[in-house]
Amino acid sequence: MGKVLLGRYVPGDSIVHRMDPRAKLILSFFFIVIIFLANNWQSYALLFALTIGSILAAKVNFAFFIKGVRPLIWLILFTVLLQIFFSSGGTVFWRWGPFNLSYYGLINGAYVFCRFVLIIFMSTLLTLTTAPLEIADALEKLMMPLKKIKVPVYEISLMLSIALRFVPTLMDETAKIMNAQRSRGVNFGEGSIMQQIKAVVPLLVPLFVSSFNRAEDLATAMEARGYRGGEGRTKYRVHYWQTGDTVGCAVFVAVLIILLFLRHW
Amino acid sequence: MDIVEIKNLTFKYPQQEVQNFNNFNLKIKKGEWLAIIGHNGSGKSTLVRLIDGLLAPESGEITVSGIKLTPESVWDVRSKIGMVFQNPDNQFVGANVEDDVAFGLENAAIPREEMLIRVRQALERVGMWEFADHEPVRLSGGQKQRVALAGIIALKPEIIILDEATSMLDPEGRQSVLEIIRELNQVEHLTVISITHDIDEASNAQRVVVLDDGKIVQDDIPAKIFSHGASLVKIGLEPPFSEKLKEELIKQEIKVPDEYLTKEGMVDWLWQLFSKQ
Repeated sequence: MGKVLLGRYVPGDSIVHRMDPRAKLILSFFFIVIIFLANNWQSYALLFALTIGSILAAKVNFAFFIKGVRPLIWLILFTVLLQIFFSSGGTVFWRWGPFNLSYYGLINGAYVFCRFVLIIFMSTLLTLTTAPLEIADALEKLMMPLKKIKVPVYEISLMLSIALRFVPTLMDETAKIMNAQRSRGVNFGEGSIMQQIKAVVPLLVPLFVSSFNRAEDLATAMEARGYRGGEGRTKYRVHYWQTGDTVGCAVFVAVLIILLFLRHW
Repeated sequence: MDIVEIKNLTFKYPQQEVQNFNNFNLKIKKGEWLAIIGHNGSGKSTLVRLIDGLLAPESGEITVSGIKLTPESVWDVRSKIGMVFQNPDNQFVGANVEDDVAFGLENAAIPREEMLIRVRQALERVGMWEFADHEPVRLSGGQKQRVALAGIIALKPEIIILDEATSMLDPEGRQSVLEIIRELNQVEHLTVISITHDIDEASNAQRVVVLDDGKIVQDDIPAKIFSHGASLVKIGLEPPFSEKLKEELIKQEIKVPDEYLTKEGMVDWLWQLFSKQ
């Protein structure tokens, strides 16, 4: 379970850590969108500079980012190779059947690689510097306008924060049930595919049943503590939009403008 | 003054045939610590859920702190009662300690400035303030149960109901939770209703009610209840150590006093026994 990067939050006290989670969430999405505007070396260099700058500002160990890329490296290489061998145009260096190695292919491959790395770096930076709960809070705030079209925003954000709170608890329980079943002779991860699937049943069923019990207990406890739905509640956790957030947004907008300029250069 | 009054209560679970409660009556005094004991399935948990309005009775009347329990008044009644349940993990709503304590306050629409004060006070009270930003996975069972208690204290209820709240804790965690309850009961005169199988918890109470199949079979001070010795096992309670010692002494054909002796009482009696010889 150690490889799960989702919600792997590294507490710290940098400018990026102190930013409003709403700003971080918006900027991460914004960054992913503007990556697709980049179409030459200058623009990619600019985006790399922005990413490295953000990472330096967050004062997070760079090793985390390499770890973030590692589980996806095969997907990235596969896509890059497809780009390299199936794109045509420019000087052709080598040709064999449907495959060809061309100048454009190599350039496109390199661009795709850069895009992947940039997206992963930025999203890793978001999860490393923002506690899961802050992300849930930010989503709630950002979804507020959807209340007008009758989207149950409070309920969605409550479900999200309860889900996030129970992830480690359920992981602990999964490990416990696995060990209990192992001690009774169940082999996990061994044998043919059919046998492996069958071995999962004694893990899944108890986990499901206990989740139902948990849900019932939790609902009773919430009701006993006066929970009557999302309306009319006050909030304990609040986030304030600070100067740092405005500056961050300004930097990203400036990057977008330069990017648009570089694109048509 | 009676803070809880139950008159002619009748209740049964929809999917069951047998009646859980039939013409049940109980009065609980303000500031009292009442322990409810009984074997599994005797209706203890059902009773406290009925008092909190989590279950609706078929007929009968429940009055809490002067408010008659009806579908309309249920939230007013609940605001007078704080309930701590058995499993510390399943009642932890918040993502970390302070969020969990604040959950009930958020529901009651307490302004944020006051919430900050109340959360801090409640957590200091149970000795968990330095854990304020810890997630539930980083806490022990006893610590989680103390947080649950802090969540209740912050709401400032008149009645605290403990539904086997110490049953999943180690002896140390149980002791520290009981210590806080005792203080709330004696210093702040909160009414405590505790469902328990734990002898220490029952002996802290001022009054013990023994339930069997939805009927009160005994209603007395703990000392009287404990003097029943081995028959306590039948009603779901382990006899106290002094009672067990008495049984063994009877087997050795030593004459023991009939009335219940506390640990100190037992020691005194043993001293006297030897000095006579």
